Amino acid sequence: MIKTGEREAKQTRHAGGSPGLDVARIREDFPILQLRRDGKPLVYLDNAATSQKPRQVIEALRNYYETQNANVHRAVHHLSQIATDAYEQARLKVKHFINSPLSCQVIFTRGATEGINLVAHSYGRQYVGPGDEVIVSAMEHHSNIVPWQMLCEEKGAALRVAPINDAGELIFEEFEKLLCRHTRLVAITHVSNALGTINPIRKIVEAAHRYCIPVLVDGAQSAPHLPINVQELDCDFFVCSGHKMFGPTGIGVLYGKAALLESMAPFLGGGDMILSVTFEKTTYNTLPYKFEAGTPHIEGVIGLGVAIDYLAEVGMDKIAAYEHELTEYGMQVLSDIGGVRMIGTSKEKAGVLSFTMDCAHPHDIGQVLDHEGIAIRAGHHCAQPVMQRFGVPATARASLAFYNTKEELDALGTALYRVKEVFE
Amino acid sequence: MSSNNRALYEQVILEHNKHPRNFREMEAPDGQAEGYNPLCGDQFSIYIKYNGDIIEHVTFNGCGCAISKSSASVMTTLLKGKTRKDAEALFVKFHNMITSSPETPLDERDLGKLAVFGGVREYPVRIKCATLAWHTMLAALDGKKVTVSTE
Repeated sequence: MIKTGEREAKQTRHAGGSPGLDVARIREDFPILQLRRDGKPLVYLDNAATSQKPRQVIEALRNYYETQNANVHRAVHHLSQIATDAYEQARLKVKHFINSPLSCQVIFTRGATEGINLVAHSYGRQYVGPGDEVIVSAMEHHSNIVPWQMLCEEKGAALRVAPINDAGELIFEEFEKLLCRHTRLVAITHVSNALGTINPIRKIVEAAHRYCIPVLVDGAQSAPHLPINVQELDCDFFVCSGHKMFGPTGIGVLYGKAALLESMAPFLGGGDMILSVTFEKTTYNTLPYKFEAGTPHIEGVIGLGVAIDYLAEVGMDKIAAYEHELTEYGMQVLSDIGGVRMIGTSKEKAGVLSFTMDCAHPHDIGQVLDHEGIAIRAGHHCAQPVMQRFGVPATARASLAFYNTKEELDALGTALYRVKEVFE
Repeated sequence: MSSNNRALYEQVILEHNKHPRNFREMEAPDGQAEGYNPLCGDQFSIYIKYNGDIIEHVTFNGCGCAISKSSASVMTTLLKGKTRKDAEALFVKFHNMITSSPETPLDERDLGKLAVFGGVREYPVRIKCATLAWHTMLAALDGKKVTVSTE
């Protein structure tokens, strides 16, 4: 059974948590964390799939429909102005959050997936041709593989895959070897959703830029957990998803360098993205509206803005430091259990704990944990090539957020001993 | 373990998961199919050998969760000596049971060993685990190297 003495010692060592992060207080802001299942408290460890929402976000959505609802950028009436202001205010918040030079470089999308597809469509169709190449890594989510595959197929281009090592780290030298005069884009994740690996984006961008190759960074798993500074990363595109950042579903962000965005054709055609339309010719709107056709997800944008306010108030540096501490603790809890194999042991690692057990299939692990009130994900995590790389059909994955605690990771450890009892 | 878990992971299921019966590839089968659940990566091959109209032997191999593996294992023990028609009827019986509402009482005398999978009805996402081998068997009855998918 669990080595109680050792665990207690560890808890004492970590008692008090990170300075400045009052997790108990933070947890009170998340109504769903107060839920219980069969008398057991909910232990939510599926944050890489989606995050929970603070009361502030939930209230902002309600407030929007009760006091602000109108279409944006359209009417002269008062409500429309309020809705437009709130919408554009949120864009400004995103600009500050990722340190974009201008707010017009912040484009609202339905999510990270749509952001990538927008770039594949608008940049890809314009700049990628027969014989050209797009580079991705072996740790990508399907959303950063399939759009490029579709593009390459259509254009007669080739998809090149930078390999990873047994720890789940990008093999940088191999990546560098793939860069050549045929490369039109590098599309790479900041943090792997299946392995937790944090990629050295700055270094990747530097290498690609030596060949004048733009880099798209999939920030779906980094924006909620690490401070993001797109100017420092010097990436050309950055995408993220609101629902993983404690905001609503159906909203995401695409950041792009202005010159690139301006040179690209629109993604979707429709209202809001035009300056003038005749049957002979349409003049497109300026950035960012050129890429925001139709009535946008207004309450999603406002909710995301409030989520960002919340994150900024807690402080991304503090969040990153606390989650790092949690991750190390979780790795220790899991590796103390015999028969557990960690998948993804990169040196630079975010709070994604992917593992398999000798005695049980990930689905069965997930099922037993569910009955203990612990929510994890079991499956391929939309990263089948990663599963193939590690020779497993699936993994169990506990993914962390700043409202998780060491006590919850202890509960995970205890429940995994239960899994062993059942299946061994 | 909570009572719910116990209802899903019946002792028979755990035992077949640990010691699956007829768990091997078959040389020169008369019928063979591969079943795949792309959502969770479960993958099983079913092999059938006939003696005239009678199923002489059924084996399986592959990997999957406890529910899918034990379901395949129990299935292979029930098919030996059956005709193709019997096997199809057994599939229908299993399928009707597993897709019935969890409140429907189980006719244990009629279902026999299959009744241990009754608890799966409470878990809609696991029903595909339980039926994967059965669908694959149906394809293997008259097919050579057929692939079936749950999606």
